[in-house]
Amino acid sequence: MSSTQKELRGASKWALSANAVLVYLFFYAPIALLVLYSFSDDELVGRWGGFTLDWYRAFGENDEVQGALGVSIRVAIISTLISVVLGTMSALALERFRFRGQKIFDALLYLPVIIPDVTMAVMMLLFFTQGISLLDSILGIQISKGIATVALSHIAFSISFVSIVVRARLAGMNEKLEEAAQDLYASKWQTFRHVTFPLIAPGVIGGALLALTLSLDDVVITQFVAGPGSTTLPVYVFGLIRRGVSPLINAVSVVMLAASILLVLLSSLAQRARGGQAT
Amino acid sequence: MTTTSPAPSALATPEFEAANEKQKRRRGFLLALPAYVYLSLFFAIPLFIVVVYSFATRTRSGGTALEEWNLDSYRKLGEPIVTDILLRSITLAVITTVICLLLAYPFSYFLATRKETTRNIMLVFVMIPFWSNFLVRNYAWRVLLGNDGPVSQLTETIGLGETTVLFTPTAIVLGLVYGFLPFMILPMYAAIERMDWSLIEASRDLGATGFQTFKKVTFPLSMPGVIAGSILVFIPSLGAYVTPQILGGGKKTMLGSYIVTQFLTARNWPVGAAVSTVLMFVMLMATLIYFRKGGRTL
Repeated sequence: MSSTQKELRGASKWALSANAVLVYLFFYAPIALLVLYSFSDDELVGRWGGFTLDWYRAFGENDEVQGALGVSIRVAIISTLISVVLGTMSALALERFRFRGQKIFDALLYLPVIIPDVTMAVMMLLFFTQGISLLDSILGIQISKGIATVALSHIAFSISFVSIVVRARLAGMNEKLEEAAQDLYASKWQTFRHVTFPLIAPGVIGGALLALTLSLDDVVITQFVAGPGSTTLPVYVFGLIRRGVSPLINAVSVVMLAASILLVLLSSLAQRARGGQAT
Repeated sequence: MTTTSPAPSALATPEFEAANEKQKRRRGFLLALPAYVYLSLFFAIPLFIVVVYSFATRTRSGGTALEEWNLDSYRKLGEPIVTDILLRSITLAVITTVICLLLAYPFSYFLATRKETTRNIMLVFVMIPFWSNFLVRNYAWRVLLGNDGPVSQLTETIGLGETTVLFTPTAIVLGLVYGFLPFMILPMYAAIERMDWSLIEASRDLGATGFQTFKKVTFPLSMPGVIAGSILVFIPSLGAYVTPQILGGGKKTMLGSYIVTQFLTARNWPVGAAVSTVLMFVMLMATLIYFRKGGRTL
């Protein structure tokens, strides 16, 4: 691809640059203002009343917020660990093997990515309601919605995302390296441990960070499957927002944003490691 | 143990090849099995249950009787209240998709024509909003558009008067565009970036004008990105729940809010399940059309 034909000229170049500036302004101006107002010493949100850290102090001292944050972190860690293992295994299976039922499996793996979250929320609600009453009537086991149902639901949508990220990495990888290792008498496990895994590691890390982000961000599905005492931070914040805006929400929002941005930067570092790039 | 690899000295006889092939199939299946079982149990069965519930009957107390299967819930979808919501949702989702297309196409084109280092930095700054908490990003607009908020202050200073966009369909579209624009940019950029640029050069060499080249060559080549991006924006916009709640004030309901209401407040689960089923069906059709058209960039 030579660079000459990709050079833009005159008016179109100017218009395209202007549009790009506009898009970035649109993306970042609201976020920047939200960050600014979270330091504003004014009971009314969206008005500047001098610098303060009071709202962040309130964030640290509010027991409900802290409790919800704890639930969010626990759910995110559990669901990330499990979905990374299952997602990576399924990616290896689909990219490196041919087996019966592969097409159906592939479709099943894609569905959670494209299904609207409201629909998935409804699915999980009905499933757990039905499942809990079934367990109670048949086995006499009494369980209720809680951290487990939230984590189980998060795993259900995270597996697919992890699998897609790892597959992208595997697809761009030279299979000859694995064959060479086997030709040199490495066992299946040794090949995986010393050749395949180091090569797909950036994809696995990228997938893990994506799973972590998705779990930490989800509102709709969690709201449907959480029980009393398993409210996550986004669900708690959503409840607060529906009652109105407040400087405390500004501060909590900024903390959540900072966490997301940190995860993106980590992930882009992971993807760039070893010169690989997988989307 | 049959799982150990066959001795490398073994001859590649047809029997050996077949045995090797069979073993490889089994190993692939076993690797996929845990995720397969998990998704069957916690995704496929829930999906099936929703479809079953859409044919069930609502009891007087707001429960759901899994008997007397009927199509009442689907019939209810033809009532004006529901068709209004459906029409409004489709309209808002279409407007959102078109605005995203108009912003994202020139942006992606610009991005794809940058030098690699510039491009990578620009991409990271698209990934940040893509990954950032959706709820928080919608909340930011709630603060901006609120009474005496920054936008209102700005318009008053310029002399345009107070802004009263919050809790209107305009605010919903704004929130949806803000939320889903990265979903349009990323596949579009991927498609434009991998275009065969020599075809564009050839078109110019053969005397086509810039506009002719765009219409006849560039745009058709970037079509997979346009379709993928449109699906990725249209589907979640149609089922949006968070945005209409926060920026629409929950007054003018959209499909997503309607479904949630049926489950959490109105307690009419069969109708909620029926609307969900229809939404899933639309989503499946859109995806199938996309794959039929040969797109691969979802």
